[in-house]
Amino acid sequence: MNESILLPLLAATVQSGTPILYATLGEILTERAGVLNLGVEGMMLLGALAAFWASLSTGSPWIGLLAGGTAAALLSGLHALVCLVFQGNQVVSGLALTILGTGLADFWGTPFIGRKAPGFGTLGLPGLADIPVLGPIFFQQDILVYLSLLLPVAMWLFLGRTRWGLGLRSVGEYPRAAAAAGLPVLCYRAAGIMGGGFLVGLGGAYLSLAYTHLWTNGLTAGRGWIAVALVIFAFWRPGRAIVGAYLFGGVMAFQLRLQAMGTNLPSSLLLMLPYALTIIVLALTSWRGRFTDAPGWLGVNIEPEE
Amino acid sequence: MLLYRIRKRTTPLTWQSWAIFLGAVLFSLVASGILLALQGKPPLEGMRLFFQGGFGTSWALEDALVKAVPIYLCSLGVGIAFRLQIWNIGAEGQYALGAIGATWAALHFSHLPGLLLLPLMLVCATVAGGFWGFIPAILKLRMRANEIIVSLMLNYIGIRLLEYLVYGAWKDSRSFGFPMTPEFDPAAFIPSFGTSRLHWGLVLCVVIGVVMTLFLRFSRTGFELKVSGESVRAARYARMPYGKLVVLVMVISGALAGWAGFVETSATLGRLQPSVMAGYGYTAIVVAWLAKLSPLRIGIASFLLAGVRVGVETLQLDLQVPAAFGSIMEGLILLSVLSGQFFKHYRFERLTRNR
Repeated sequence: MNESILLPLLAATVQSGTPILYATLGEILTERAGVLNLGVEGMMLLGALAAFWASLSTGSPWIGLLAGGTAAALLSGLHALVCLVFQGNQVVSGLALTILGTGLADFWGTPFIGRKAPGFGTLGLPGLADIPVLGPIFFQQDILVYLSLLLPVAMWLFLGRTRWGLGLRSVGEYPRAAAAAGLPVLCYRAAGIMGGGFLVGLGGAYLSLAYTHLWTNGLTAGRGWIAVALVIFAFWRPGRAIVGAYLFGGVMAFQLRLQAMGTNLPSSLLLMLPYALTIIVLALTSWRGRFTDAPGWLGVNIEPEE
Repeated sequence: MLLYRIRKRTTPLTWQSWAIFLGAVLFSLVASGILLALQGKPPLEGMRLFFQGGFGTSWALEDALVKAVPIYLCSLGVGIAFRLQIWNIGAEGQYALGAIGATWAALHFSHLPGLLLLPLMLVCATVAGGFWGFIPAILKLRMRANEIIVSLMLNYIGIRLLEYLVYGAWKDSRSFGFPMTPEFDPAAFIPSFGTSRLHWGLVLCVVIGVVMTLFLRFSRTGFELKVSGESVRAARYARMPYGKLVVLVMVISGALAGWAGFVETSATLGRLQPSVMAGYGYTAIVVAWLAKLSPLRIGIASFLLAGVRVGVETLQLDLQVPAAFGSIMEGLILLSVLSGQFFKHYRFERLTRNR
């Protein structure tokens, strides 16, 4: 494969990996606080729609981005209410969130199908963009790609080096000890859920504002679920999420490229690739995996005291 | 400044939990009505049309019963897995595989009489659906892979496989380019009762419901499922074969969803086409949870949620409400009922100033 094919393919890998990266980072934040949220797919879709709508009606993709994050955060707020206050099962609540979010996005999105909204364009970084190989792949992208590369660093600093980050992790690791130390456990968990929801929404916004610029029903096509799987692949660490997200971005970009080049393989079989890869990657990482990395109280509700 | 705090009830609520359940459903209906109003549709008229269209006429009830069949079969399967705390959310894909298996038999053995062909289709649907349920089970046991994600990914793969077949190898050459298989031989149709649309799939549901109830209540395996579902550690301590139970439950789960795919292709459509995928597998998860996993209640809940679908179809026609409104209602019902269960064991207590 020569450079004229490979470089665009790798650049496309970064683009199609970015929404998955945002969603994975969001879910990592939520799970680090000890809450499993299976609503990622629904939140991402609703975020994508909110971003599209806001950008279309205000003309500003930045307002769209904010709206996407906020909409997903609000939806994840329902998960916080059901699991933190009403002690609902986190798996069931998350599934309900996906059903609800998908429904809402289709319901409100119908009038927008096929329309185009102002989105984010390519913005080469001066100097960096001219680096051979790396430049065209990473630094001739839109601004959200650059943000997504800074985000894991920021999250790593936040989780590892700040008081609040430590509090968030302790709430996921062993909430009783955190409560005994005087931390507002439920507030931390709510912040983890809604903060994570905001990031997931940014991933949705990337899809509708930077990736397709168009609205279609079911825009996310399972990316939210892939993000949930990638959290395990990443061992709950922001840095490793980049590797996983680009791996899947690569497969998705590769499959689109193959379709465009017109292979004999039927498109439905090509479209299976990312999902089959998710299963294989998940099985291999779980098999070899270090499960000590999972937050200790992941998925367990905190019962009110007597 | 908290004004309330949560207290555990000394005795859990009994009959009142039914009132709470109804209250939660009512709440979700009100929330759905508000969504209609936000879209500029008349909410009260909408709800009237919804109930009229979903449960108000004999045509609607018949339609709801027909739609309840696949939901019930999927949900029974999902429910038995949930019993063991195995989260099978792959009913949609297992259903697709069942439809594919049944279609394979119908297309390749169309010369057989119905009395042989229909059981053969059922067997093929069982094998295909059961296999799709087996994959997450074996990956969970051998490689500790999370069954939620594996079963969900298999949904996407199963649907793509179905599309591949109806757009390609199995496409009817006389369908003018539409993605569908040729219509089945009459022998491959599940017969209906007289002139109604009700068919023998309903009888299948009743039979398997009874068998499942007896199995869960009286067999040794049923007991082992109950114990392991409540505590895996207790089950291991009692030397119960947890791994075998996981495989068994997932294969049964997949096979039942496969049956649903078989019934839907053979009784309702008469051929395989993409529209067979109507999201019954996801509705089944809602049903299984609402019904607290008992076969009889699953039957009632399947009928009610099938009615919701039929009612939403009326709204679609009369008020141009998008079909996704059905998913919204399902999601809201599940979230409110899940929250409502809280009040069975807990209550809010008002904090007084001088406590």
